[in-house]
Formats: sequence, C-alpha cells, structure tokens
Amino acid sequence: MGALPMCGIVGLYLKDTKLEPQLGSLTSEMLATMCERGPDSAGFAVYGAAVEGELKITVQSADPAADFPALAMAVEAEYGRPVRIDERATHAVVHVPADALGTVKNVVSQHCPTIRIMGIGEAIEIYKEVGLPTAVASRFALSEMSGTHAIGHTRMATESAVTTSGAHPFSTGLDQCLVHNGSLSNHHNLRRVLHREGMSFQTDNDSEVAAGYLSWRMQQGLNLQQALEKSLDDLDGFFTFVVGTKTGFAVLRDPIACKPAVLAETDSYVAFGSEYRALAGLPGIEDAKVWEPEPATVYFWGR
Amino acid sequence: MPTLDLALSSLRDLNGALQTHTDGSNDTAFEVLNPRGQHAVAVGVNAPVTIDVRGSVGYYCGGMNQQARITVHGSAGPGVGENMMSGTVTVRGDASQYAGATGRGGLLVIDGNASSRCGISMKGIDIVVRGNVGHMSAFMAQAGNLVVLGNAGEALGDSIYEARLFVRGDVTSLGADCIEKDMRPEHHEALARLLDDAGITGVATTEFRRYGSARRLYTFNIDNADAY
Repeated sequence: MGALPMCGIVGLYLKDTKLEPQLGSLTSEMLATMCERGPDSAGFAVYGAAVEGELKITVQSADPAADFPALAMAVEAEYGRPVRIDERATHAVVHVPADALGTVKNVVSQHCPTIRIMGIGEAIEIYKEVGLPTAVASRFALSEMSGTHAIGHTRMATESAVTTSGAHPFSTGLDQCLVHNGSLSNHHNLRRVLHREGMSFQTDNDSEVAAGYLSWRMQQGLNLQQALEKSLDDLDGFFTFVVGTKTGFAVLRDPIACKPAVLAETDSYVAFGSEYRALAGLPGIEDAKVWEPEPATVYFWGR
Repeated sequence: MPTLDLALSSLRDLNGALQTHTDGSNDTAFEVLNPRGQHAVAVGVNAPVTIDVRGSVGYYCGGMNQQARITVHGSAGPGVGENMMSGTVTVRGDASQYAGATGRGGLLVIDGNASSRCGISMKGIDIVVRGNVGHMSAFMAQAGNLVVLGNAGEALGDSIYEARLFVRGDVTSLGADCIEKDMRPEHHEALARLLDDAGITGVATTEFRRYGSARRLYTFNIDNADAY
C-alpha cells in the first residue's frame, strides 16, 4: 500500500511562457529540497510540447539496452512505419501518431513482458525510479526538460516495498497524473467499484486508486475541479493531492488536513511544496503570495 | 550584534551558539539570515536574548523556548513555539498547523493567520492571533489563553479542559464540551493585559466572546460509569 506519513510533493505550473525552458531546472531544485522527506524513491511528470495528432507513451524497463530496441522493432513491424523512441536511462518516450496507440499497447502486452507503460498523453512524460531524489532527477536529466507544468514526488515508504511501480506520480488517463501524500482507508472498496466500471490498475497502491477515481470521474464528463470536489464525498482517509492534466493543475487536501501543503503564486507561476523549503529558491518568491491551502477546498489553475 | 547567516553556516552551529549562551554574556541580540524554510531554527534557547529571524522558517521554530524574545520576520511552518516554557515568539506572517502546541508558558503572537490545531493541548501558554485560526484549535487545551482577533474554524476547543478562549470574530463551530461563557470583569482585565502584551491597540475587550469548558467531559461522573 502507499500509506505514507512523510513524503514530499512539489509542483510548478507556469503562467509566464518565458519560464518554460527552466521548468525542469526549477522542478529539479524543488525536488532536491524534499530529499529528506522521501529518500527512498522519486518521480516526476513533465508536461512538455505537444504535437497535434501525436501521442507520447512513456515506458519503463529494468533492461533498457535490450528492451527498447526490441520494442522499436516490434512496433515498426506491427505498425508498418518506424517510430521515434527517446531513451532516458530506464525510461523511454515513444512518439507515435494517435492511431498507433493500440498497436503499441498490444506490442507491449504481447511481446515485451518486462516493459511497463508509465503514462500516455500528448504532453505528459513520466519518470520514476528507486533512489535518492537528486540521483533520480539527474539520471533522467530533469534539469534539461522544458514544459508548461511539472509535478514531483519524493517517497518515504513505510508499508510497502520500495519499487519503481510504487513510486509516484500515477497516471490512469491520457495526460493525467496524481501525486499523493497520505493514506486512503477505503481504497480496497473503491478499487472494486472502479473495476466494475472498467478501470484497471497496475499496482496495489492506494494512490493509484485515487488517480483512477479522478480519471473515471473525468471520463463521465466532469472537469478536474468537479472531479476533485466529488472525491471529497467518495475518498476516505488522509490526503494532499497535486493533480495535473494537459492544461490544468490542481491541489486538494482532505478535511482534516494533517498532511502539509504550501502554495505560492506570482504573475509568473503557481508553485506547490510540502513545505516552504521547496519554494525558497523560486524566482521572485520574496514577493509571492504564499499561503497554506484550506482543507477540503479545490485549488485549480488552467489555460 | 552577532549575525548568523544560515546560507554560510549550519543550523547546528546556529542553535549551538544560541543554546550555549550564558548569563552575563555581552551578546544579547542575534540576527538570523537566510532561514529559507529550515526546520528547528532557534529551538531550545534558554537565555534572555533577542533573536530576529529574517525570512520564513519551517517546522518547530522557537520550540521549547525559555526567556528569549524571538521574532520571525516571515511565516512559520508547523509547530512554531511548540512546547515553549517562557519568553516570547512573534511571527510577522502566517503560522502553519499546531502553533504553540503543548506550550507551558510564555507568549506566542501571530500577526497573520494560524492554520489548524492552533494551541492544541496548550498547558499554560498565551497565544494571540491577529488573523484567523483553523479547525480544531485549542483541541484538548488544558491551561492558558488563546486570543483570536479574527475567526475560528470548526470544532474550536474540542475536549477542552481549563484554557480560556477569546474570539473576536465568528466561530464556525464549537467542539465537544466547549461552550460560550460570560465575560466577567476579570476576563476583560486578563484579555486587556494579553492584548497589551501582544502590542495590540485600538481593540476593545468588549468585542470578544469567551469560550471554555462545560466540564461535562473531563470530569468523572459516577452516573456514567457504565459507559467506560
């Protein structure tokens, strides 16, 4: 399970497009300050440039040298055209036309048993790995990435194994991701409900259930803000969530609000940190509006 | 006045210098620069010194304080002034969760808002908040005074013992066994002194309501023996 009494969350949503080339470096610095809160593993989602009609499929393998070339060949054989694969350590982003998604999913499930799909979307790329957050960030060269918004997580595992798949963020829908600090108490039941509704999960983690719940609500036609408001009725437990969609960024704390959270906003960005240390290095933080998000209140920014 | 720059020296050096301060030392005022949200800034000080922290701090700033007058020129993270014994801790900005928790004495002043659980289990500390306090403030408060010039969130004073709560604004709801009580002359006097200590002027004690324990929860009643 993912009952996580510590853990660190960071999030950065840029309003000023001039900052976009710095998204990765700013996020990387924020993530580094949260090492002490979660030294076991780390992960992040970066929303980068989208190409109309194209999807980015982030995949992960413990044996990238063998798996990724094999995946490229198998996809090309099935799809009939070569696809671009950008490798970063244990992860790779497969760039495909939207109509090739089914082919890639089939290839992975039938021919690449050791490859896992971490996230799919027009903008999102997801990287997560076991290790100290600074090491994870440098392994994937986070500081070189650009984009519009990013969400990161440092994990201190207490109730389940330290594994790549147990690391956050969790992505359960196109361009969607969620990071969670806390523990849900009704996730077993909710998982059964969501199974019946056709949702599937890759892990036993409670946070993945929360991500799946929001994806399910958004499939029903709710926007992210509405889905989060609904979650206050349906999720039981402790949580601070930071959630990303292709164009949106949201924060929600449970009504008890034990899990720490600080928000900062300037004309240039909105930033989230589990504590102020994560925000202290941001440009213009001295003049930012800094506040603690209220319990049971959805905070949402979107373009 | 010694200046301790946390960008240049470690937190351990800072707290070591403050905690080993002895009576009769010529240094009676310290300035702390670049706290950048670090935890445990100026904890465990036991000397009548003045400490000005220039910037925002993380968890537990001024915890266990005795005698020192600590001012945070910024906001404070969770547990500011936790378990303080005496002295004064002032936060110019906002304070996060459980400000002044379990405090035994001294004065904690928060110029901005305090979030949830302000004064939880307070045991004699006085806390004055110019802004609002969040939910579950003064939870299981045992002794001392909590003064709130703004509003209080849900379940104020839940399971309270003998602390006194003064709120000028609205109270979203009172917790179990917490009730409104009359403001008698001695309460006006005590409140006036607290406002004065916190440097607050232009606010009349008649603008406040007093809350405290109904004493039905924490006192043993033989008629309830079956319920235990």
